[in-house]
Amino acid sequence: MLNEKNDLAIDCCLLAGRLMIESGAETYRVEDTMTRMAISQGLIGAQSYITPTGIIFSLGKDGSTRIMTISLRVTDLERIALINQISRKLTSLEMTIEEAYEELHRIASANLMFPMLWQIIAASIASGCFLILFEGTWWDVPAAIVAGGIGFIVVTLIHALTLVKFFAEFLAASFVGFIAFLAVLFNVGEDLNTIIISGVMPLVPGLLITNAVRDLMAGHFVSGVSKGAEALLTAFAIGAGVALVLSF
Amino acid sequence: MTWIIQAVLSFIIACSFAIMFNAPRKQLVSCGLVGMSGWLIFSIYALVSGDSVQASFAGAFVVALAAHILSKRLRMPMIIFSVPGIILLVPGGLAYNAMRHIVENDYLTAISYAAKAFMTSGAIAMGLVFAEVLMQLILRYIRKRKTISQIS
Repeated sequence: MLNEKNDLAIDCCLLAGRLMIESGAETYRVEDTMTRMAISQGLIGAQSYITPTGIIFSLGKDGSTRIMTISLRVTDLERIALINQISRKLTSLEMTIEEAYEELHRIASANLMFPMLWQIIAASIASGCFLILFEGTWWDVPAAIVAGGIGFIVVTLIHALTLVKFFAEFLAASFVGFIAFLAVLFNVGEDLNTIIISGVMPLVPGLLITNAVRDLMAGHFVSGVSKGAEALLTAFAIGAGVALVLSF
Repeated sequence: MTWIIQAVLSFIIACSFAIMFNAPRKQLVSCGLVGMSGWLIFSIYALVSGDSVQASFAGAFVVALAAHILSKRLRMPMIIFSVPGIILLVPGGLAYNAMRHIVENDYLTAISYAAKAFMTSGAIAMGLVFAEVLMQLILRYIRKRKTISQIS
């Protein structure tokens, strides 16, 4: 009986950890959540080692150790907030471990993302607004809106097709550059540079930058450095995509 | 007038990024406000001092501080509020200019732009760090005061 209960608690912790890393939470927050959940279930010596690609979770001297690999990473802030709430409820004993496990499974299978159309519209609007903030002229706004929207569509489609993130970003950035080039060619836009800059802004890895810094600060060097490397590679992919268009 | 336009636009941008990153729907407005405060501080500081690196530090510091306060008040993870706000400060223009000059084989100018972009990113990171440290110190102080008042 005790073992069954322990197994459920371990499953629960691992599932929560996996979902949080997949949604882009900071490593130290994942570790903290998992440890708190384990302690609330009476697993005092539980320890976890977390990297962006996998979790090792151990009960200590006389328990089992489990590994969970993580292959998919997206940005889903709402999921992080929901799991945070579950762990709070679990530690304040408002929720039993069975309920928490069920709830986590529900979150894992539910699609919480905003509809794709909303995201595309948001990307376009953000690009259009960036153009003004970067001291562009109002005349260029439509071109930036189209460039930003198409860049976002391309990055989502290619990522879904090829599963290679950097290639998707590279292609999206070159599409943005191409559209800006066309806009200037057909006299719908004036300044090629600002259109391209605002068009690629939706591709910027904001979450990775913030998380890399916070992880490094919290002493999680493995996660911090690897997230920083991912952000740097993304920036490089975007730059290379733009450079491809500019070099013609 | 330009300030009002800038405030509105930065609010919209932060909200749009919150939608793209799927922030909780009730917090979209607070994400927008965090981004707006960061951008306004950034542009005011850049206008006064003329140094975009220091301005980025100030902007990131304000974003992280606002995100911390909101996360404590609403009991939610801090990154929900800080991530859409930080995007506004990313030195996209500098990185782009560096790339463009590399393509044009003008490496000297490219390096100076790249160095500036690198400094700006470093300043953003330091802004995040400083806000975090400050917030932890304040929290520790408040907690200490609480325990002292409970004992006495």
